[in-house]
Amino acid sequence: MSLLLFDTLLCGLLVALALASVLSRQLSHAVILYIAFGLLMALVWARLAAPDLALAEAAIGAGLTGALCFTALARQGQLTLSPRLSWQQRGWPALFVLLTLSGLLLALLQIPARPGPLPALVSQELADSGISHPVTAVLLNFRSWDTLLELLVLLLALLGTLQLAPAPAQQHSWALSRSWSQLLAPLIILLAGYVLWAGASQPGGAFQAGALLAAGAVVLKLNKQLSWLVWRNIWVRFFAVAGLGVFVIVALTAWLLQGVTAEPIWLRWPPEHAKYIILLIEIFATLAIAITLTLLVVAEQPETPLSLARAETAGGRGD
Amino acid sequence: MTELSESLLLFLITAASLVAVGVYGFIIGPEPLRRILALNIISAGIFMLMVVLAYRGYDSAQATADPVLQALVLTGLVVALSATAFALTLLARLEPSSENSAPEGPEQ
Repeated sequence: MSLLLFDTLLCGLLVALALASVLSRQLSHAVILYIAFGLLMALVWARLAAPDLALAEAAIGAGLTGALCFTALARQGQLTLSPRLSWQQRGWPALFVLLTLSGLLLALLQIPARPGPLPALVSQELADSGISHPVTAVLLNFRSWDTLLELLVLLLALLGTLQLAPAPAQQHSWALSRSWSQLLAPLIILLAGYVLWAGASQPGGAFQAGALLAAGAVVLKLNKQLSWLVWRNIWVRFFAVAGLGVFVIVALTAWLLQGVTAEPIWLRWPPEHAKYIILLIEIFATLAIAITLTLLVVAEQPETPLSLARAETAGGRGD
Repeated sequence: MTELSESLLLFLITAASLVAVGVYGFIIGPEPLRRILALNIISAGIFMLMVVLAYRGYDSAQATADPVLQALVLTGLVVALSATAFALTLLARLEPSSENSAPEGPEQ
């Protein structure tokens, strides 16, 4: 009964925060409410027996998205109240959304209470996957296509962002936050290493560790530390691409070695080496995810001769 | 109708409401940044729906939530973040042009 009370409170708060974020007339209020919403989502994942998601959401939903949205807010400059909408401008969309919601609920209530055959299949095959935590096993063994393509998506988003990123804004870091972030950095590296290693048998893994590292790196970058972490640095480029590259090379090697005995299957690891293969992929994927997410959040245009010349002409025009 | 437990029904309804709130915000929200936030609220609702579906078997004898759906959501979280980052960068490129053109109008 008390659990139901907790659930009711949690769900009520979630919907209220989402509504307030959508309806508030100040854009900055909307962003702050959205960050609170992200934190509560992490609580929901923990409640719904998904600790992997709770770990990732706490770093991504509350940390990185918050930094992203605040950067976007800062770029907007002068903030004004959004205009008050008329009755018709609010009424018709609300009617449409209520109709959609009732249709959605009708469909959702037909869902059978029994789970499908997949969980049983996973626990049956878990012994051959090389790791004992089912979510990591699904991510890096049973459905490694998803992870491979996700790394590709991340890389594409990074490339797109680097093309478009606006010129870096002049910011000053605050002495207290600088020293605090320096104090935090070693702890975050330690924690990310632990989460990565624990992923083999407990909740954790490459995504959570990468997101944690990225959150730490973003804090340091916003405080004007880590000046080597820019796209110009050849090693940063190498490790950003290496997550995908190592994955493909390992998959190709496994595929070629398999071919001797039976018909080779793409992205199938030999059970006796699976643990080491997955660990190798995870280490490089963690670094790639951390670097990519950091550069995505503190997106700064890489300094090319062209951009430098542009900045100079813009500065000259400003004077 | 289904024989889902009360809490699961509650979470299902919340997930659907989050999608609805997100769609509403996406339609009315005047600023592009708020529309991006609304899209994120929609995706939170969809992820919540998937996690509730994964949780269904948890009460029964096996006592594990569906790891396949959870892994999909984990992938989805990271992809949603990268898409948001890209959208916000596009937004930053969009803003200066509208800012420059807006004040010029009344002066001329």
